[in-house]
Amino acid sequence: MNLHEYQGKQLFAEFGLPVSKHEVIFNAEEAIQACNKIGGKKWVVKAQVHAGGRGKAGGVKLIESPEEARDFADQWLGKRLKTYQTDENGQLVSAILIESCTDIDKELYLSAVIDRSSQSVTFIASSEGGVNIEEVASKTPEKIIYENVDPLTGPQPFQARRISSVLGLDSDQAKQFSGMFQNFVKLFNELDLSLLEVNPLVINSEGKLHCLDAKINLDSNALYRHPSLVEMQDPTQEDPRESEAAKHDLSYVSLDGNIGCMVNGAGLAMGTMDTIKYFGGAPANFLDVGGTATQERVSNAFKIILADPEVKVVLVNIFGGIVRCDLIAEGIVAAIKDVGVNVPVVVRLEGNNAELGSQILADSGVEVESLNDLESAAKKSVQLAK
Amino acid sequence: MSILVNDQTRVLVQGFTGSQATLHSEQSIEYGTNIVGGVTPGKGGTTHLNKPVFNSVADAVEAEEPNAALIFVPAPFCKDSILEAADSGIELIICITEGVPTLDMLIVKKKIDELGLRLIGPNCPGIITPDEAKLGIMPGSIHKKGKVGIISRSGTLTYEAVKQTTDLGFGQSSCVGIGGDSIPGSSFIDMLELFNGDDETEAIVMVGEIGGSAEEDAADYIKDNVSKPVISYIAGQTAPAGKRMGHAGAIIAGGKGTAADKISKLQESGVHIAESLLHIGETVKKVIG
Repeated sequence: MNLHEYQGKQLFAEFGLPVSKHEVIFNAEEAIQACNKIGGKKWVVKAQVHAGGRGKAGGVKLIESPEEARDFADQWLGKRLKTYQTDENGQLVSAILIESCTDIDKELYLSAVIDRSSQSVTFIASSEGGVNIEEVASKTPEKIIYENVDPLTGPQPFQARRISSVLGLDSDQAKQFSGMFQNFVKLFNELDLSLLEVNPLVINSEGKLHCLDAKINLDSNALYRHPSLVEMQDPTQEDPRESEAAKHDLSYVSLDGNIGCMVNGAGLAMGTMDTIKYFGGAPANFLDVGGTATQERVSNAFKIILADPEVKVVLVNIFGGIVRCDLIAEGIVAAIKDVGVNVPVVVRLEGNNAELGSQILADSGVEVESLNDLESAAKKSVQLAK
Repeated sequence: MSILVNDQTRVLVQGFTGSQATLHSEQSIEYGTNIVGGVTPGKGGTTHLNKPVFNSVADAVEAEEPNAALIFVPAPFCKDSILEAADSGIELIICITEGVPTLDMLIVKKKIDELGLRLIGPNCPGIITPDEAKLGIMPGSIHKKGKVGIISRSGTLTYEAVKQTTDLGFGQSSCVGIGGDSIPGSSFIDMLELFNGDDETEAIVMVGEIGGSAEEDAADYIKDNVSKPVISYIAGQTAPAGKRMGHAGAIIAGGKGTAADKISKLQESGVHIAESLLHIGETVKKVIG
């Protein structure tokens, strides 16, 4: 789950990390009051979307009067911002962050991720900020430091000193960073983050470190520990079908093709998409119906797949390990009757009680093409989709 | 021979009396697995599926001397259950549960490594040695005792590979699902090492998927250390970048971890690539048939 910048900054502030004075507004009328509340003569207004590259797309602006903030909010709220990280439709701007302007001496980069190879939370820092870190990594690797935080012993001061040295901080800044490093780790661990990025982390004109951006991703497996963070979820930033699927505990990703897929298991779901492609077809989606595919889940899965108007055929591919194929077959029959499926359905059942399942489909009277191997089922689906 | 489990393995089931554990333990017992008992705190002293139930792993270890733990507890309790098994020195710990928080796994993995124990999973189907022991949720009937070792990040894809090697008559020495999370207890490399040293295994099937660099790391290892033929299928060739494909670990991020990259790296190491999911069995046949 991703958070908006303003939500990230709120959490940064709670963990004692330096962010600008800011207000978030959801309609343009609030702009002037927000600017006055922050004070000063210059502000930065930032369109809130779950995507980077906002500056270049016109979604960030330096302004010198509260009226300009109102005009900016008027221009963007409810509109879609297209950046190099979004698709061609862009992302809906649902909020505007207004903050006091920071005079910048130097831009730095700092992030923390869960690194699979070191099996730890790894900090990545660079003296080159505000840019694409992957480019820095490939062109000037000496300007980047990676620091792994041991999961058992936690962050150590020597690690903060090592990062400070690569960032080129003076002794006061290094002292400030040492405290920030502890707080970043605390934030990461206590809220179960999967990614934290501050790009740029700046040195302001007073020589102090300051977080100008705040990007946070949360580990969705750990959300049960953080009900208050779940409330921060902004469904407008997600594909409506993907969030609808998530509500029913189904894992769904929409794709460009016309063959709807319903599969048990994420690996087999990908394998099924690949198989469709192999025979010259194009999958309309990834959908893992899960290990305990009940009739309700199958019905919901059909509804979500069929909400995509491109879908011309649905391929159901179930390899029953945990799940019994006869139960799945009953679910399919009931779901087809319940949902009113108006495209051809091809079903492949294998594994636990597969024969019984096929029999149920054959006896049901609903129109399904039941095939017991994936090759025939995939070929048939591709043929029906043409 | 086989790897990790056989008919001598003494299995302790944690979360024994829960519904999933009950269903799968019943099937495991029926398959012939030597389940010696289970743990459910508060239910010690009772019996379940005709096996003794204990309040703690330590109690179970004292009474039954299990050497493998099979964990079915809900995700929020997995860290505790794995560490409890580890604390009692159980050498092989298998965690089936899906959805364990990643930060829990960082701590667990570090501790398991320090103690020199072995963890398989979480978010995995478990391990089976056909006709001997089934420690997991896979359908026993599709397996056949034989000579192919199977390693996979995905449950249902493992079954697909199993079925194809069974249908062609090769059978399996053992099958291990290492799980689809970003921090798994054991890696492809750990299992490749075991299969390479197992007399019964003639070829190894490695079923990978997009995301991370486990397959690339395995390719490097295979080049220098594995003398047996390795056959591989990589799922997610049609997956778009930046979208998580169900498994926590299956995402192409920053242009890395694509199927194409993994396949070319594996090919460079002499691994035989199955051109589609349907060709796993046939590729095995070409190599050792």
